[in-house]
Parts: sequence; C-alpha cells; structure tokens
Amino acid sequence: MAEELTMRGKTAIAGIGETTYYRHGQSPDPEFRLVLDAIQRAATDAGIDVRDIDGFASYSNDRNDPPRLAAALGTKDLTFSNMVWGGGGGGGSGAVANAIAAVIAGYSKYVVVYRGLAQGQFGRFGQGAQAPTAPGGMAFTAPYGLMSPAQSFAMRIRRFMYEHGAEQNALRAISLASYQHAQHNPRAVMHGRALTAEMYDHSRMIVEPFHLFDCCQENDGAAALIVTSAERARDLPQKPVYVLSAAQGSDYRQAATAHNSPDYATSNFKTLAPRLYAMAGVGPGEVDVLQSYENFTGGVLMSIVEHGFCDPDGVNELFTLENFSAPAGKLPLNTSGGNLAECYMHGLELVHEAARQVRGTSTCQVPDVNVSMVTSGPMVQPVSDLILAGDTGAD
Amino acid sequence: MAVDARSYLPEGLPQPTAAVDGLGAEFWEAANRHELVVQRCNDCSEFQWGPEWICHQCHSYNLGYTGVSGRGRIFSWERVWHPVHPALKDGTPYLVVLVELPDAGNVRMVGNLLGEPTQDVVIGAEVEAVFEDHGEGDEAYALVQWRTLD
Repeated sequence: MAEELTMRGKTAIAGIGETTYYRHGQSPDPEFRLVLDAIQRAATDAGIDVRDIDGFASYSNDRNDPPRLAAALGTKDLTFSNMVWGGGGGGGSGAVANAIAAVIAGYSKYVVVYRGLAQGQFGRFGQGAQAPTAPGGMAFTAPYGLMSPAQSFAMRIRRFMYEHGAEQNALRAISLASYQHAQHNPRAVMHGRALTAEMYDHSRMIVEPFHLFDCCQENDGAAALIVTSAERARDLPQKPVYVLSAAQGSDYRQAATAHNSPDYATSNFKTLAPRLYAMAGVGPGEVDVLQSYENFTGGVLMSIVEHGFCDPDGVNELFTLENFSAPAGKLPLNTSGGNLAECYMHGLELVHEAARQVRGTSTCQVPDVNVSMVTSGPMVQPVSDLILAGDTGAD
Repeated sequence: MAVDARSYLPEGLPQPTAAVDGLGAEFWEAANRHELVVQRCNDCSEFQWGPEWICHQCHSYNLGYTGVSGRGRIFSWERVWHPVHPALKDGTPYLVVLVELPDAGNVRMVGNLLGEPTQDVVIGAEVEAVFEDHGEGDEAYALVQWRTLD
C-alpha cells in the first residue's frame, strides 16, 4: 500500500544533453539558443522527437519560459509549464521532482528539466547590488558590505566550524576532489587546470573562510534532461536511470531575513534528508556516489553531514581527498568536477553526472554503481534532493 | 549607545530603505534618532527580526517596535577581502559580524565590527551598538554598527 503512495521506481531519466560549457561571458550564442540546443540534445539522447516533449520544468527564475520554448520547438501539446520558486540552485532536484509528479499524475509523457545561463548576456551572481538603495531585507545587509552569495554563506559556515571544530582542510578536500575529477572530464571548463593543495593554500581569500577555490565558477551554457515513465523508458535506447526519490524542502523559518533562521549553522537539509531516504528505501550507507551542490565548499560540508554520511563533529576525519576520490574513495564526490570545476550550470550538471554514474558512462566512473544521489542548493530555501538507481529491486 | 561620526566603509554603498510596502520603516526612523528597536508582538510578546507583517508565533497582526539595550554577543563573523561593489574597490578587508541580542529573544543583526579590520574576532564576545550617521536632510540615515566591550 505504502508503495502506491510514493514515486519510487515509477519514473526514469531517459535522456541527458548539454551544450559546450563556457567561461562566463564567453558563449558565442544567446542564452535562449543554448537552452534550445540542450533540449534537442537531450531528446536525441533519449531517442524521442523533440516535438513529443510535452512538459517543461525549471528553477531559479530561468529566463527561458516554456511557452516560448514550445512555440520555437513546435511542441504539439504543452501539458506542463513549471517553475520551482526560490533562488540559487536549490530547485535543481526539485525541478526533477516536479517533472516526476507531472508524469505520475498523468499530465505529461515526456517532461524536460532544463537550465540555461549566459552571464555575459545577462548579469553575474557574484556582484553586489549596484542600485542606489537597498530596500526591505537587503537594507539590513547590503549597506554593511554583505551583498554577495559568498558573503551570505560564509557567515553560516563560520558558525558551523566554530560549533563543530571543522578545519579549513575539510573545505580544501572538497575543492581538490572536484578539480581532480575535472581533469578526466573533457566537458569541464577546468579540464587541464589541475589544482594542488599548495595552490589552494596560497590562493587569494574571497571572504574568510572561503579561498578562491572554495567558490563555484560562473559560466555560460545550458543543460537539459528528459523524465518519463519507467515503462516508456524501458522501450527507449538508453539504460533507464530510475528515480527512487526526489523532493524539495526547507526547515523551520529558514528564510527569516537579516540572518535570523532559528537553526543557523545548517545547509537546510535536516527535514528533507530523512524524507528522501524513507521514500527511496535506502540510507546513506547504500549511496555509491554523491553529487553535492557546491555554491561554496562549506555548503557541501554541511550537506554531507545532514545527509548522514558523518557526525557533525567527525568532518575532519571523513573530509579527505582520498575519501572523496573516484573510483575507490569511501564517498566519491562530485565526479564530473561539479559547479567548482566542470561548469556552474546551477547544479543541473550534477544530475547529469549522477545519471551517467548509473549508466556507467562517467569520465570518473565508480564501479558497480546502483544508488547515485544528488543534493541541490545548500543554505538556500528551498533545497532539494534526488536519488537515482539502475535497479529498483522490483521484480 | 554611542555615535561614531566616521564611516567604517567607504561612501557609495546602497542606502537602506523600508520595503516598497513600507515594512521596516520604523526601524530606520528610530535609527535616525539613534534608538535601536526590533519588532515585538503586542499580543504574545515574541520578539521578531527581521520585520514581517505577522507574528510568526501567534499570527497576530498587532506588532510594534520596542527599544532594546544595544548590548549583544558576536554569533558569527567574516572578513571580506574581495570587493563586490565599486565603492569597496579600495575598502577591503573589512569585518562583518552577526550579533545576537540576549535582551530581545536572541534575534540577530548584521553590522560591521568597528576597529582594525585584521583584529582577531571571538565568537561570543560582548559588543555594543554604535550609530553611524550618513547623508543630510531627507537623505539622512544611520547604520547600526558594533564595537567590542573590554
């Protein structure tokens, strides 16, 4: 009975696609064209006619709206036009969850989840507000020089490090793992740009405790993936990547302004993670490989803790390059290079990589992956999660 | 509470204003008078910060602003090195602190920690509010900064 109430195993990711990933401002194409390109590649990968995509789901106020996309692509019947509210990449897995809901509800057959960013054409995230006034919630931070995402989040991770004795080397291990994995990934913007511990230690400070290499890139590009029913996916050319669970969440009053969330030193996964695991029927011990959204390394640190991979006071032991390295580490992490070193496609590239790990086609493949997990958007509201699998255990 | 005529950060950063719907105006008006206030529910007495139109605890719309001592404790901090605004181009490093107010239900406020920007910052250290005046006439506003107590 309970099985009937969950999404577990009922849908699959049938196709993935992305454009070339560029450094910010370097795309020769406008953002809308990048999105069209990524969607067409995902449809080709899935082996479907792009006109048969009937649902569109995105997040973070993506500028490329489904009605325009549907008109441009000749969508026969637009059945689902959907956006996850909230900023940052917190909606990355949440948009997949919405796509799944549309398929299970019978609204849609093939929902594309997409994200496009051309930060040369539009603005960058890492700059402060340039307006002469800071109204409302911004008034309590911007006049004091607290304006960028790095500055907002450094305050939370500093408190976590104070409460739990986490050391700078724990943050460094996350960055080194992403850059190491990117050296194997020709798609990665940082491919060919290896990072050493010494380079990290001597890199300039952005805002303590974040060095340059603790911060995500800003990039141009687009990514898209196709969600459909498990039955349809089995008739398509790619190995189905089944979804065990996907959900969004936000803990009690996390969006309280002026840094007043009651629980402060958190990535905001404390209520979501237990729901995610319960729905999937797996625990952290069964996760073979993890893609954890890096806006900043400190967010990854708290995400890993809040998903039960280690005790909050145990991060200095777990967080080593060896433990995070594919293929043989204890917890292979961000195996494409992720937001830090593959591309900041707002975390959708992490979903692609999680799917590749299930297919067996990652450039840093972990052997015999069954359970592959994504955590999206630490420290924003809402955040979201996704657990994928090659085998659902069903007969 | 003290007043400091000097500006901690270079001039040219955004001026704080109430939200477009007016929320928060009382705080900035009080700061201009060098009074530190936070929102408090007139029905259940819960402190609330930042401001909202409803009390998160009892859902009353009968909220007011109440004066607080201006004594606080450093809850977290950061030293900023990379400028993200043109006005800060030659203004780094600087310190931003998150201060909790024990006499206001431990609500928190963001401000700068006055003094040497490379000083050691201690979480839990006692601080007090200092008003920093900017602008003149209709453009006048005051920021709430923080100074460590010996």
